[in-house]
This record gives sequence, C-alpha cells and structure tokens, in this order.
Amino acid sequence: MTVKEIIEKLDLKCLNEANLDAEIKGAYSSDLLSDVMGNARSGQMWITMQTHKNVTAIAALKDIPAVIIVRGNQPDEDMLAHAKEEDICILVSNEPTFIVCGKLYELIK
Amino acid sequence: MHYTFTIEQGNFTDAGQASSSVKRTLKQLGVDPANIKRTVVALFEAEINAVAHAYGGTIDVDIDDGKIVMVVADQGPGIPNIDLAMQEGWSTASAKVREMGYGAGMGLPNIKKNTDDLKIDTKIGVGTTLTMTVNLV
Ligand SMILES: Nc1ncnc2c1ncn2[C@@H]1O[C@H](COP(=O)(O)OP(=O)(O)OP(=O)(O)O)[C@@H](O)[C@H]1O
Ligand SMILES: [Mg+2]
Repeated sequence: MTVKEIIEKLDLKCLNEANLDAEIKGAYSSDLLSDVMGNARSGQMWITMQTHKNVTAIAALKDIPAVIIVRGNQPDEDMLAHAKEEDICILVSNEPTFIVCGKLYELIK
Repeated sequence: MHYTFTIEQGNFTDAGQASSSVKRTLKQLGVDPANIKRTVVALFEAEINAVAHAYGGTIDVDIDDGKIVMVVADQGPGIPNIDLAMQEGWSTASAKVREMGYGAGMGLPNIKKNTDDLKIDTKIGVGTTLTMTVNLV
C-alpha cells in the first residue's frame, strides 16, 4: 500500500508531501530513538510521539520515507523544515499510538 | 579520504549532520547499502553520546577501499565502567535527554552490533574516544 493510500485510509494530516507513492510494507513504532536506530528497517513507516529534529535526522539516515506523529502532536518548526530538505513525509494522526498501529497493521499485514 | 567534524556540547539540533554527510559521501563512492547503514547507525549513536553525555568533541572519518574507520573523541566525564555501559538498558541519561527519547541504553550496543571492531578509550575527567571500524571487504 502506498503512503498516499495510508493517508486517506487513516485520515492523516499531511504536513510535508513527500514519498507519496512509496510502497509501505511495514512499520516500526517507538519513542526511543536508539531503539528505532537499531531495529527499524529502511522503507518502513515510523510511528512516534517524538516531535523534534532528531526524528527526521534518524528517518533520513535509516531511509524511512514517512513518519506518523500521534495524538495530534505537532512537529517542531526545525523538524518540519528538515523534513522538507530531506524529503521525508510528515503525517499527523489525532489518535493514540495503539489505534494508529492497529489500523495500519490491518491495512498492510 | 579523510573527513573531520566537530560536535558541540548539548547541541542536539545539529546532531546527525556528520552522519548525514558521511552517508552522502559513501553513496557517491558506491559503497554497498548494507555497509552504509551499519556505518551511519554507529556514527550517529557515537555523535549523540558525545552531545548527551560529554561536552562535545571531534569526529574523524577515514575511508579507503577496505574499511571505514571512525574516531569520535570527546572532552567529557569519561565512562567509569565500560562493561556496565555496554549492557543494553544501562543509562545515566539526564531527564532532559530522556524526554527527547534517548536513554534506552541501546546506543553502545547498537554500535557494537553494527561495527566489525569497537575500541573504547576512556579516562575519568578527561574524555572518551571511540574507534569504530566497518570492514568493506
Ligand atoms: N561519550 C560518553 N561519555 C560519557 N559517558 C558515556 C559516553 N557514551 C556513553 N556513556 C555512558 O554509557 C551509558 C550507555 O550509553 P548508551 O549509548 O548505550 O545509552 P544511552 O546513551 O544512555 O541511551 P540511548 O543511546 O539508548 O539513547 C550512558 O548512559 C552513559 O552513562
Ligand atoms: Mg546513547
């Protein structure tokens, strides 16, 4: 399923349009950055409540095409600017991690 | 090829710039993606540790046909017990650092897993130097 389809199905707000046609086959959910660094795989989506610039730094290094921020949290300005530079799709869900993960799992399992 | 970067104390905003620049270079050199991934995971973790646990420092990266050698040297408090620090889950990260999502105690284990050789030289009150090698052949 593509990022674009996931945005529609999960009713996500898109703050930086990038990688919309990327095919998503998996995701990783964690708010611990070294956990993501060690265990997320390239091409996966990342679901988190972290909103600072190190999120996009890690996404860029790990080739993570899209990040979903949960519970309606907004990315810091410099994170969003960095996402634009690095072409990382930034999405916001109003729902909490559990619900976002459950719905996404149903879509791409 | 030799590259040098500086790490500023407490500057999380710019952390990752060295790793990102090294990643670009390795891509241009045609290094295979698996080795690029290992290299940037290790370098980023070392960079963050120098920001979070020490007072900044320097990064030296040497790339040749056979290997990538990264030396991250900080002026910091040093590591009192390296065995403990290498254990997954052990962390002395401050509340501020934990709030950012660091402090899982996974950084050094990530470095160990992603490199072919890791050497830690540390002196209390002076600083810590990590020498990390990724073999390309
Ligand atoms: N450069 C350093 N200077 C001083 N102490 C360090 C340094 N690097 C690591 N340490 C010590 O070793 C511990 C473990 O480091 P490690 O990177 O594994 O975990 P962390 O940084 O605490 O958390 P995480 O990396 O998961 O965000 C740190 O909490 C700190 O006590
Ligand atoms: Mg660390």
